[in-house]
Amino acid sequence: MRTPDLIRFARDAATGNPLRTSLLILAMAIGVAAVVVLTALGDGARLYVISQFSSLGTNLVIVLPGRSQTGGFNPGNAITSTPRDLTIDDAQALLRASAVHRVAPLAIGTSEISYGGKLREVMVAGTNAQFIEVRRLKLAQGRFLPDGDWRRGAAEAVIGAKIRDELFGAETALGQLIRVGDRRFRVVGVMASTGQGLGMNTDELVIVPVALAQAMFNSNTLFRILVEANGRESIEAAKAQVSEILRLRHEGEEDVTVITQDAVLATFDKLLSTLTLAVAGIAAISLAVAGILVMNVMLVSVTQRTSEIGLLKALGATGATIRSAFLTEAAMLSLAGAVLGYLLGQGGAALIRQLYPAFPAYPPDWAVFAGLGTALVTGILFGVLPARQAARLDPVQSLAKR
Amino acid sequence: MPALIELSGIERIFHLGDSEVHALRHLDLSIAAGEYVAVMGPSGSGKSTLLNLLGLLDHPNIGIYRLEGRDVTTLSPEEQARVRSERIGFVFQSFHLVPRLTAAENIALPMTLAGIEPAQRAKRVEQALKDYGLADRASHRPDQLSGGQRQRVAIARATIMQPAMILADEPTGNLDRATGEQVMRLLEELNQRGVTLIVVTHDTTLGARARRQLLMEDGELRHDSTIKNK
Ligand SMILES: Nc1ncnc2c1ncn2[C@@H]1O[C@H](COP(=O)(O)OP(=O)(O)OP(=O)(O)O)[C@@H](O)[C@H]1O
Ligand SMILES: [Mg+2]
Repeated sequence: MRTPDLIRFARDAATGNPLRTSLLILAMAIGVAAVVVLTALGDGARLYVISQFSSLGTNLVIVLPGRSQTGGFNPGNAITSTPRDLTIDDAQALLRASAVHRVAPLAIGTSEISYGGKLREVMVAGTNAQFIEVRRLKLAQGRFLPDGDWRRGAAEAVIGAKIRDELFGAETALGQLIRVGDRRFRVVGVMASTGQGLGMNTDELVIVPVALAQAMFNSNTLFRILVEANGRESIEAAKAQVSEILRLRHEGEEDVTVITQDAVLATFDKLLSTLTLAVAGIAAISLAVAGILVMNVMLVSVTQRTSEIGLLKALGATGATIRSAFLTEAAMLSLAGAVLGYLLGQGGAALIRQLYPAFPAYPPDWAVFAGLGTALVTGILFGVLPARQAARLDPVQSLAKR
Repeated sequence: MPALIELSGIERIFHLGDSEVHALRHLDLSIAAGEYVAVMGPSGSGKSTLLNLLGLLDHPNIGIYRLEGRDVTTLSPEEQARVRSERIGFVFQSFHLVPRLTAAENIALPMTLAGIEPAQRAKRVEQALKDYGLADRASHRPDQLSGGQRQRVAIARATIMQPAMILADEPTGNLDRATGEQVMRLLEELNQRGVTLIVVTHDTTLGARARRQLLMEDGELRHDSTIKNK
C-alpha cells in the first residue's frame, strides 16, 4: 500500500468513529498539556527564584559566622567549641583584599519604632553606606547613610516604603525625628518599594549606621558581612581572600562560612530543575495512561472491524499491510492528541503568565520535546499489540463476523 | 491445457473440543480455466469450506492444491496474499463493502492495497462504474445503495484486478429474485469473457444455469455433472 493511501485509509478509519477518536485524542492531549503546563510552572519557579536572587546584588560573597560546612576533623574547632563572632573590624579588614570591591557589614535586630504616638515593631538593619550599592537597592526619597567611620555614625535612619506610609501617611518623612528603641534618629531617606521578594524585604526595614544598631542591641557582633567582588571572574578569588583574612584574624581558625551567591544560585537551580523534572515525570504518567487507553481503544476497534480485516485479507492485503494500517491510525491519533495537548499546554502557560506577570511560566524546550515524543512513542508502542492482533486474525472467521 | 485448479486428496478437519468435524473428505477436483461451476448441496455440506480453500483463505489439513500448475498450499502467507490479490476475486452473500468508503473507493480497494498508482486506479474505477451501471453512484456510501447496487459494487471490486477466477458464495442470497437474476447475468458475462466462475448456491434453478454442477454432501463430492456417477 502506498503511504498516502495508508494515511488516508487510517484517517478515514479514525474519523469513521468520531466519539472514540475524540476521546482518545483528548486523553492524549491532557497528558501532553499536563507536561507542558507543569514544567512551565516548575521552570517558571526556577527562573523566578534565580531572578530574585540576582536582584540581591551581583558578584556577591556572603560571610556568615560559624562553620556550617563540615570539612573533616578540625583540631582548632575541637579546642574552642564556640566560634568567634564577626565584628566590624573583621568587615573592615576585608577591604584590604584585592578582589574585593565593596564591603557592607550587617547587624540585624528587632525594635520598636515610634513617631507622633504611632508605634510598631520593626526590623532594624545596621550597616554602612556601601549597603545600597552592594544590594543594588534604590532610594525613593532623600539619601542613604553617609560614608564615614563604621564605628561611629550620625543618628540618621533610612526607612522602608511601608514604614513611611504607616508612620507618616501624607506627611513628609524626610527630616523628621523618629524613635527607634531608646534612641532618636533623623529620617534622611526612604527606600523605593520592592514589593514581595526573596530574602530581606526593605519595605519594612529601618536602616541605621551599624555602630548605632550594635549599641542598640547591646552587642558587637555582625549577622552577615556582604562582600562585593570586583567582577564575576574575581568571585572565587574574593572568596578565598576573605576566608584567608578572617582565618588569620581568628587565630588560624576557620570559624566562618563564606558562600558565594553563585553557589546558592546553583543549589537552587539544581533543586528546582530536579523538581521540574519530577513534575514532568509525574505528568508523563498520565501519558502512559493515555497510551494504555490507546491500546484498549485500538483493541476494541480491531474487534469491531474484524469483518473488515477479513475482507482486506481476502482482497489481498498482507499481514504487514494490516499492521501498518492500524499502527498508522494509532500514530495519527497520538500525534493529533500531542499537537492539541501542546497547544492547550502553551495556552495554559500563557494564561498563567497573564495572571501572574512576574512569573515566567514558559515550558522548557526539552519538556515540550519530551512530552510530544512520549505521546508519540507510547501511542505507537501501545498500538503495536492491537495491530499485530489484527494482522493475525483468521480471514475466514473474520469474514463470518458481522 | 493444464487445469486452472487441481485439488488432490484434500481433507479439512475442524476440531471442536473433543469432536472432529470433517468439513471436506478426500476431495479430488480439477477445474479448467474458463469453466462455470455451481457448487450445491445441503447446509453444512462443506461448500463454503471448499470455496475458502480455493480462495486461499483457508488451508487443507491434508492434500495438495495446485493453482495454475503451482502448489499454493506451501506458499508463505505473503505469497498467498499476492495470489489472492492478483488471481482471485471474491463475491460474498453479505456484500462486505467497507461502510465508510464510497462506491468508487470500495471498487478501488484491491488496487489501493496492491499499491497501484492513483491515476491508473481512477481510470479503471471509472470504466468499472460505467460497465456496472454505477456511474452516478460513484460517491455514494454503501448505506445509500440498494442491495443490487451493493452487489454490483462488490462484483466490480472482485474484477478490478482482472483475476483468473471469481469465487462467489451465495451471491444472490441477500437479494430478491429479479435483482439476483441481474447479478447472475453480470457474473455469467464475466465468465463468457474467460474468467473462471465458481458459484456456491442453494438455488437449484440458478445452479442449473452453470455448465458444470458439483453436489456436496457431508464434506464429500457426491456428484460432478461432467463425470458420470462417481
Ligand atoms: N471454523 C469452523 N470450526 C468448526 N467447524 C466448522 C468451521 N467452519 C465450518 N465448520 C463445519 O464444517 C462443516 C461445513 O461447513 P460449511 O460452512 O462449509 O458448510 P456450507 O456447505 O457452506 O453450509 P451453508 O450452506 O449453511 O453455508 C459444517 O459442519 C460446519 O459446522
Ligand atoms: Mg456456506
